[in-house]
Amino acid sequence: MKGKVLVVAGLLLAGLLALSSVQGRAQGGEVTLLNVSYDPTRELYQDFNQAFAKYWKAKTGQTVTVEQSHGGSSKQARGVIDGLQADVVTLALAYDIDAISQNAGLLPADWQKRLPQNSTPYTSTIVFLVRKGNPKQIKDWDDLVKPGISVITPNPKTSGGARWNYVAAWAYALKQPGGSEQKAQEFVKRLYKNVPVLDSGARGSTTTFVQREIGDVLIAWENEAFLSIKELGAEKIEIVVPSQSILAEPPVSIVDKVVDKKGTRKVAQAYLEYLYTPEGQEIAAKNYYRPRLDSVAKKYASIFPKIKLVTIEEVFGGWQAAQKKHFADGGVFDQIYQPNQ
Amino acid sequence: MATTLPLSTRGLLPAQRVATAATGESAVVRWVLIGVAVLFLALFIFLPLAIVFSQAFAKGIGPYWASLRQPDALSAIRLTLLAAGIAVPLNLVFGVAAAWAIGKFEFFGKSLLITLIDLPFSVSPVVSGLIYVLLFGLQGVLGPWLARHNLQIIFAVPGIVLATIFVTFPFVARELIPLLQAQGQEEEEAALALGASGWQTFFRVSLPNIKWGLLYGVILCNARAMGEFGAVSVVSGHIRGRTNTMPLHVEILYNEYQFSAAFAVASLLALLALATLLVKTLVEWRARRQLAESARWDGEEQIA
Amino acid sequence: MAFTFKKRSNLPGFGLALGYTVLYLSLIVLIPLAATFLKASALSWDQFWHIVASPRAVASYRLTFGASLIGALINLVFGVLVAWVLVRYSFPGKRLFDSLVDLPFALPTAVAGIALTTIYAPNGWLGRPLASVGIKSAYSPLGVAIALTFIGLPFVVRSVQPVLEDMDKELEEAAASLGASRWQTFSRVVLPTILPAALAGFAMAFARAIGEYGSVVFISGNMPMRTEITPLLIMTKLDQFDYAGATAIAVVMLVFSLILLLPINLLQKWSSSREEKTSALVPEEIH
Repeated sequence: MKGKVLVVAGLLLAGLLALSSVQGRAQGGEVTLLNVSYDPTRELYQDFNQAFAKYWKAKTGQTVTVEQSHGGSSKQARGVIDGLQADVVTLALAYDIDAISQNAGLLPADWQKRLPQNSTPYTSTIVFLVRKGNPKQIKDWDDLVKPGISVITPNPKTSGGARWNYVAAWAYALKQPGGSEQKAQEFVKRLYKNVPVLDSGARGSTTTFVQREIGDVLIAWENEAFLSIKELGAEKIEIVVPSQSILAEPPVSIVDKVVDKKGTRKVAQAYLEYLYTPEGQEIAAKNYYRPRLDSVAKKYASIFPKIKLVTIEEVFGGWQAAQKKHFADGGVFDQIYQPNQ
Repeated sequence: MATTLPLSTRGLLPAQRVATAATGESAVVRWVLIGVAVLFLALFIFLPLAIVFSQAFAKGIGPYWASLRQPDALSAIRLTLLAAGIAVPLNLVFGVAAAWAIGKFEFFGKSLLITLIDLPFSVSPVVSGLIYVLLFGLQGVLGPWLARHNLQIIFAVPGIVLATIFVTFPFVARELIPLLQAQGQEEEEAALALGASGWQTFFRVSLPNIKWGLLYGVILCNARAMGEFGAVSVVSGHIRGRTNTMPLHVEILYNEYQFSAAFAVASLLALLALATLLVKTLVEWRARRQLAESARWDGEEQIA
Repeated sequence: MAFTFKKRSNLPGFGLALGYTVLYLSLIVLIPLAATFLKASALSWDQFWHIVASPRAVASYRLTFGASLIGALINLVFGVLVAWVLVRYSFPGKRLFDSLVDLPFALPTAVAGIALTTIYAPNGWLGRPLASVGIKSAYSPLGVAIALTFIGLPFVVRSVQPVLEDMDKELEEAAASLGASRWQTFSRVVLPTILPAALAGFAMAFARAIGEYGSVVFISGNMPMRTEITPLLIMTKLDQFDYAGATAIAVVMLVFSLILLLPINLLQKWSSSREEKTSALVPEEIH
């Protein structure tokens, strides 16, 4: 009897292990990459992957398939930490890639120095989406904290875009005449008091704003704002550009431990480098990401409005510091929702 | 879980109907009660169903088919079928074994065992996904060992299958335990005394007696396996074309502003739910007829 | 093994059946659960308490349990009513309604969540009229309760239905002939008979609602302290790379699940023993 039980157990285990085949080995003429990215880059990488596959085939004769996974930036980083076999990560902010380095040691701590421009091949910024005709006359950040204005933004604890929204608001308040940490804290507190729905990702917030028609203004990635107007119609919504915003830098990196295991380092590296080429920059610009390359930037200058942009470095001293102070448990953001304050 | 086969005795005992007048309600009360019940069901059942289908066909039938034929949609359908195809038979075998042990034998720790079998039912799907991450994740208990041997459990098909098995774990067992309990063991003992082997007794005597309950458990198990969202979402990794199941694909499409396509895939899942209910109704109907036949038979025997 | 078996059956296959049951249970359920408790035990008691008793966690328990309770109560009242109507009356479309009761069971929760949100959003079929009279349905605790009512709907109906069907009408007739009003008969004769089954259904709807995630996240609005359910809090903690925090709260939920199963099993036992007593026919029913 015991024997039979053991046989059954063995079969069960064997079945499971048989299913857990190892995929994505670079072999001969074919290679598969997994790009783990954040929410609003779906369309960008759909275009980019095709272009890269063509480029790589022409250059090496190898067929490359790039698989995509999208979700909230931190959720995606967590997946990689837990063993999601990403060859490259293209996330919303440096902190999430830092987290992969710190929590799982899958890439070195100085990953951001390995590619040009802080490993950020394209940038974006934070703008407002309002209802057609701007009925509530929302022009700048100050208008968002007025009583009776309903603001839609995702949860900064889970969404990378939401963290950029938050730091943009904070930086604005700080840079106003007479601005101080105290005033900035008061400002973001009033802002979040006006938020009726806190979705877990940027896409969820856009749906809430456009599809459910909740809120007077959506704080969004610039690329996301352009895209939603393209997808959902210019007759319903329009973009408002605030006087100042943040230079949002979504970085990219290869995941060393994974590419070395799978033997895909060369192609993964080329994939990221291709983002910096004129072709890659062009695709980014077409998907409403601000290109880094001057020649491409000039060509698309008419699309992107001129905004005074501050960086996370100058206002917060980098993402590590910002995360610790604002978004960690018990941080400034949590205090907004403390009941007794 | 106590969804029950309402195998009624309706129609068998017409005598019971005679006194309805004495124990019935007035027509007004009756129709008010019916009205309230129907309104409640319409609000909570018909309306969601209606919205799924009306949104799915909002752009017409062409886009509807197109969204179902996308490669990502097809691979999501394939993965869902695969996961259910593995999870349901495994839980079926388990359910029969557990029901046999619990229904036919007395042993110490039996109620504890029943409670543990029920546990996955009341555990939050999020927690059921989390426990596999904690076990098989790279930072988990077995993670480093698996990584060294190039084995991928979570963020791959095995993780999805495991999560599906977990959430549908008790379904078949819980349907069968009371059935086997109620049957007693006389028939099996008779078969054994006549020289049948253990397996013969099981397949020829016990199994036919529980086949409807078994089928019902399998149907529910299957419906839940195909529709699970929370637990699978935690362990999936959302790699399009590879680790997205149908419910996850609905969420992805929804997040890509493809609302009609999202509802199209959702409508497929809703159709599955409806088909499940249809099969279930048929099963009940067959079972009831069989019950009626055997009752008539018994009656004739007694008269004879 | 530590158990001392007292077999009192001469059927074969006990060892194989029980062995396989225990093995499979251990592989799929017990070992992974043990890993969770192991992970949580890395925390000191103070740390653990600090996480699970934080105001945000407590607010999420309050919402999760409160909304689940409301959903289960609604299902208790309407579930008994629906079961009564389906068993005792005949009306057009009855068979259809009867089979559709199980829909929440079979419909994927994410689909239910999106559908319910579409209905109850301020621009939805029901959300708009509700909003015009000042009731906020989606993105409020009410929305959470609506979703949890939906997913718990089949439980009370399906556990009360067979009891009503097998109920001996002679008792009611006797009560009526002794001069009891219809309401008295119902409350004194019918209600006590179906009570255990109704309570078992209620407890199951409640248990199912507490863990629900898929349908709620779409409709709740996810505001910390206000409309954030406990499973979502676990997800949020995970996404902040806070494994210890997520595990600690998961352990709290697991303990609640275990505690809830106890009364459910007792109620089911009570219900079936009750049925055997009141019903002449042995009900061929499944819990």
